[in-house]
Amino acid sequence: MVHCVLPLTSGILSVAGMNVSEKPREIKKMIGVAPQEENLDPDFSVTTNLLVYARYFDIPREDALKRVENLLRFAQLEDKRDVRIDQLSTGMKRRLILARALINEPQVLLLDEPTTGLDPQARHLIWDKVRSLKKQGVTIILTTHYMDEAAELCDRTLIMDNGKIIEVGKPAELVKKHVGEDVLEVDYDPEVLKFLQERFPEARLETAGDRIRVFTDQPHGVFEDFLKDFPAKGATIRNANLEDVFLKLTGRQLRE
Amino acid sequence: MKNPDAKAKIFQLPELTYRVWKVWRRNVDVFMKTWKVNFFPPLLEPIFYLAALGTGLGYYLGTQIEGYSYTQFIAPGIVAITIMYSSFFECTYGSFVRMYYQRTFDAIIATPISIEEVIAGEILWGATRAVIGGGIVLAVVAAFGLISSPLFALILVVAFFSGLMFSAMAMCFTALAPSIDFFNYPQYLFITPMFVLGGTFFPVAKLPEALQVFAQAVLPLTHTVNLARWLMFGSSELSIVISIVWIAAVTPFFFVLAVNLMKRKLVK
Repeated sequence: MVHCVLPLTSGILSVAGMNVSEKPREIKKMIGVAPQEENLDPDFSVTTNLLVYARYFDIPREDALKRVENLLRFAQLEDKRDVRIDQLSTGMKRRLILARALINEPQVLLLDEPTTGLDPQARHLIWDKVRSLKKQGVTIILTTHYMDEAAELCDRTLIMDNGKIIEVGKPAELVKKHVGEDVLEVDYDPEVLKFLQERFPEARLETAGDRIRVFTDQPHGVFEDFLKDFPAKGATIRNANLEDVFLKLTGRQLRE
Repeated sequence: MKNPDAKAKIFQLPELTYRVWKVWRRNVDVFMKTWKVNFFPPLLEPIFYLAALGTGLGYYLGTQIEGYSYTQFIAPGIVAITIMYSSFFECTYGSFVRMYYQRTFDAIIATPISIEEVIAGEILWGATRAVIGGGIVLAVVAAFGLISSPLFALILVVAFFSGLMFSAMAMCFTALAPSIDFFNYPQYLFITPMFVLGGTFFPVAKLPEALQVFAQAVLPLTHTVNLARWLMFGSSELSIVISIVWIAAVTPFFFVLAVNLMKRKLVK
């Protein structure tokens, strides 16, 4: 909807002060879209993909050639410039999609699950690129199922469930607000559960799978003290994270 | 979004800009990358037809058709068939692959180009393929010395407008196709009847009467063949005015329908 392809279901949507129903071309000129589904042009090489895309934006050829050089460097695809799309790895394709989304020097960039299916190296490379674009002042709207990615990259996080926004805020603040500081995880055991309930009456206890999780907003150290007295099986203490928030707010049922 | 007035909008005139050419240029660029493969095989096909049907079958026919040798008679038919194949298959299989498997249309409509312009560009490209294919066969036919009217070069114009018509029809099938196998229907129920009944290998007048009406009223190829024959020899079976009017009436109808059907399919 933001990039003016789908019609609105209700309400008004504007991008940079322009209504999407009235000025789709003007909006599409100033935004970049990196879709989740790979839709690079398999009939062309890496460079030609970018050049043909530049033509769709009315970018003069001279200018386009310069931009393509910069983007190839940015996406670390200089060695692959004449390679056909089907010979690129998934990570390279994602980087090329990102580069293609930047060909019109967009003010707003839509990244739809930019790192899904990537290995850690490829993923961190994309993250670095996103951070450097943020520094340049590009507004980035990123959707992701990876909560660590959201926590890592986002200034503002919207949690959506069944198409509705259910929470908004800075990642760290959301964690603090909903799940506190530390989480204790132990293997499930009815005895241990009972004991935990007595010891932490104010805490939220969650049993899922064969693990018990204890969330508390008490300061660091309470769990360490507890483990000294009661060395429960499979115990770990970790920082609360955005994934805990997400699971708390949306439940553990599969979303399909 | 469910569009309540989607039905009413099926004949809405599309808003098109110069950006149609950018979609067309994309396809030209792909075509030119492999131009050798794209030019030479189509050059051979008409030679096979002329040799097999014209010389081979024509030998046993022994008679002239409407004053022409059999090879001459089928020459415009072969040109017209190539026009039909080039455009129809480009905008069924070709467009379907770009739309569904390559997601090329999705990539283009994220730029200032609209979906209407993508479809119009594809249809224009289909027409261009018709001109290229028709032109190649026409050159072969001319090289064999089968043409007697100097107007024959105008067949390229016929190729363009017929190509638009076949491409627009093809695009309607593409919009309705749930999968690529669906194209068996138009191929065997629409293209094959035209191939054999459209005045290609014998005059339409020799068909049973009901099929004559069918060939002239329903089959677009009949009119392309008719125009090509007139431009090659200066005379033809049907009045060329009828054929021109037929193509001029049908083409815009299917063009508008194709754009709107595709829009309905892709914007959900």
